[in-house]
Amino acid sequence: MAMEFMKPGAFKENANKAIADPDLRDAMAMINSGMIPNRQGAVDKLPEFEKLSQRGRELKDHVLGHLDFYLERFERNCKAAGGQVHWCSTPEDARQAVLKICQSVDATTVTKGKSMIAEEIHLNDFLEKHDIEPVETDLGEYIIQLAEEPPSHIIGPAIHKTKDQVSDLFLKHHAKLGRTERQTEPPKMVNEAREILRQKYFDADVGITGANYLIAETGSSIIVTNEGNGDLTQTLPKIHIVVASLEKVVPTLEDATTFLRILARSATGQEFSAYTTISTGARRDDDVDGPGEYHVILLDNGRSAMLGTEVQDMLRCIRCGACMNHCPVYQSVGGHTYGTVYVGPMGAVLSPALLGVSETKHLPCASTFCGRCEEVCPVSIPLPHLLRQWRQRSFEAGDVPAMERWGLSAWAFFAKRPWLYGAGARLAMRGLAFLGRKQGRMRNLWFAGGWTKGRDLPAPEGQTFQERWRKQQRERKFS
Amino acid sequence: MADEKTNSPKTGSAPINVGLFATCLVDLFRPTVGFAAAQLIEAAGCTVHVPDQTCCGQPAHNSGDRNNTRQIARQVIETFERFDYVVAPSGSCGGMIAVHYPELFADDPEWSRRARALAAKTFELTTFLADIMKIEGVTAHYDGTATYHDACAGLRELGVRDQPRELLAGVDGLAVEEMAETEACCGFGGTFCVKYGEISTDIVSRKTANVVKTGADLLLAGDLGCLLNIAGRLKREGSSVQVRHVAEVLAGMTDQVPPIGEAGETGGEG
Repeated sequence: MAMEFMKPGAFKENANKAIADPDLRDAMAMINSGMIPNRQGAVDKLPEFEKLSQRGRELKDHVLGHLDFYLERFERNCKAAGGQVHWCSTPEDARQAVLKICQSVDATTVTKGKSMIAEEIHLNDFLEKHDIEPVETDLGEYIIQLAEEPPSHIIGPAIHKTKDQVSDLFLKHHAKLGRTERQTEPPKMVNEAREILRQKYFDADVGITGANYLIAETGSSIIVTNEGNGDLTQTLPKIHIVVASLEKVVPTLEDATTFLRILARSATGQEFSAYTTISTGARRDDDVDGPGEYHVILLDNGRSAMLGTEVQDMLRCIRCGACMNHCPVYQSVGGHTYGTVYVGPMGAVLSPALLGVSETKHLPCASTFCGRCEEVCPVSIPLPHLLRQWRQRSFEAGDVPAMERWGLSAWAFFAKRPWLYGAGARLAMRGLAFLGRKQGRMRNLWFAGGWTKGRDLPAPEGQTFQERWRKQQRERKFS
Repeated sequence: MADEKTNSPKTGSAPINVGLFATCLVDLFRPTVGFAAAQLIEAAGCTVHVPDQTCCGQPAHNSGDRNNTRQIARQVIETFERFDYVVAPSGSCGGMIAVHYPELFADDPEWSRRARALAAKTFELTTFLADIMKIEGVTAHYDGTATYHDACAGLRELGVRDQPRELLAGVDGLAVEEMAETEACCGFGGTFCVKYGEISTDIVSRKTANVVKTGADLLLAGDLGCLLNIAGRLKREGSSVQVRHVAEVLAGMTDQVPPIGEAGETGGEG
């Protein structure tokens, strides 16, 4: 990966770089101008959206309460339909399982549909190390694969790129394939990528996709896409591998339709994604096409340990990305700043569970608790509440810097002693008011650089409210 | 604990006792907001009490410090539970008491009961005036055009949206011009604004751009944290837009204090 410097521990440094990047600002502007109003429009057009959303939440909670039952049922039905299921506790287990399947047909090229689980287990790097070429076929994933970058958004992996940057990238990589004209019109750019990818579908020995849902009653997997790339990825090669995490299982096909109706609306503002494809088992004798083998890699990677804990609600997530689109912090810093596969509010809640609280301690803290993520979440995940849970764990684990901890203790000491607090406050406010007396504000304050670097600090009036109130009460009494 | 009463207005029935939770920011930075709130609550026919107080505990709560948060919450509950209502000129601190206090004591039946009882009678100022006291309107005057920022906690935890606008509609001479993305966060976020100062500044810059685009000469909101943040950024950008707490305008007290972040004997045209 070209973005080695992007680690969650360097969140602040990453954020400062991101904020100073004019291309990123241009690229991210489409969230406010497009994605947010589009989602609102799509939600407004469906009067029963709230009801579906409530139903989706209940369904997920039900499944999480009976996860073992539905997973075993999925496995049984998947096998009955001619598929194979691989239970994997860790990313390494999952990578090895994928490798073994690829090696069974001496695969040299695999095509890939968009999959966050493949990102989570860093599958591309691993396959390359084993001389297998992974080819991303989703346009956004294809772009970032050329750029050697991780995705910056779970729905729009290349959302951080401007059109100009993509034109440059295509020219750089496609010139050696004979495409020496720099394309700037989006339809022409898409066509160029499509034509180059076309042959890859036929070259590939294995096709790897994710799954939006695993259907327990039929043993099927479902993917939703807008480009049709997923269909070619999973039907043309000899083998179709689905990489999915445990919580993607839903009881029935009917249940999946509940989520399909809220997913696209929440994600892209579409009523429905362009393609919704159901895969069930390997190719049967009378099928006209389809893969000879169908494998499902079932990844746990810390999720079962979230069951029964205060962060279990996070497992309801249907990966729509609405929380990040509406997050003021994400809008400012973009996805790469997080230094994790999952970004934005959902990433800040999920990443500590997958990677550890200490490693990711900035992520739950870098939130204003504005609550918009929870408001737009189609399955009502209480994201701010869960972020606060991680802050508590972080605080209790001693991950909070000594200065901050000391400051908090000192403040709490006074806050619990109103008389002492009042005396200190009166003194401090007089001092601050004196400093800001000329302009009513301060441009620089050595102990508040975090504030005054980008903003003036309005000066206090001078006396505290309680001081003035008591004085006024005394005067009223004696007048 | 000191507890001084104002002269109870003649309501003709038992007085309604309101504990004013001034909030630490109003207490420290903007006492006029406290007086404006008190005047509005009294005009609505209640008796205002201001017991000794410090903070609702959000800095500890948002830092994950459960022990200190609970201790401070118990102190607030003990201080304020004897009033008929608790009113705060802030959706953030109001939300802390009304939404988060009950969560803090989920494993402690006695304190849970007391926290829930306090939560049930705690309101943000404009909500209290419009929804609980159902006041007819205000008698204030202000010549100018204002835009109103929806502070996050008030909006999403307490449903404060229409109440301040309805009350502002009754201010003689005042026009209200809505800004784009009025429900977007201003980037204050309590300690967030200093811990992640650059991000906070970037977020508030989107807010000030939307404020300036309205052409309004006054920015109002119901939370002092947001106001200090937005005013601080507007002033840094050299903007002439004035910034005030909504209560100052509703109470007609804009002549008693300059706009936030500005100097002068008096401010505003009210």
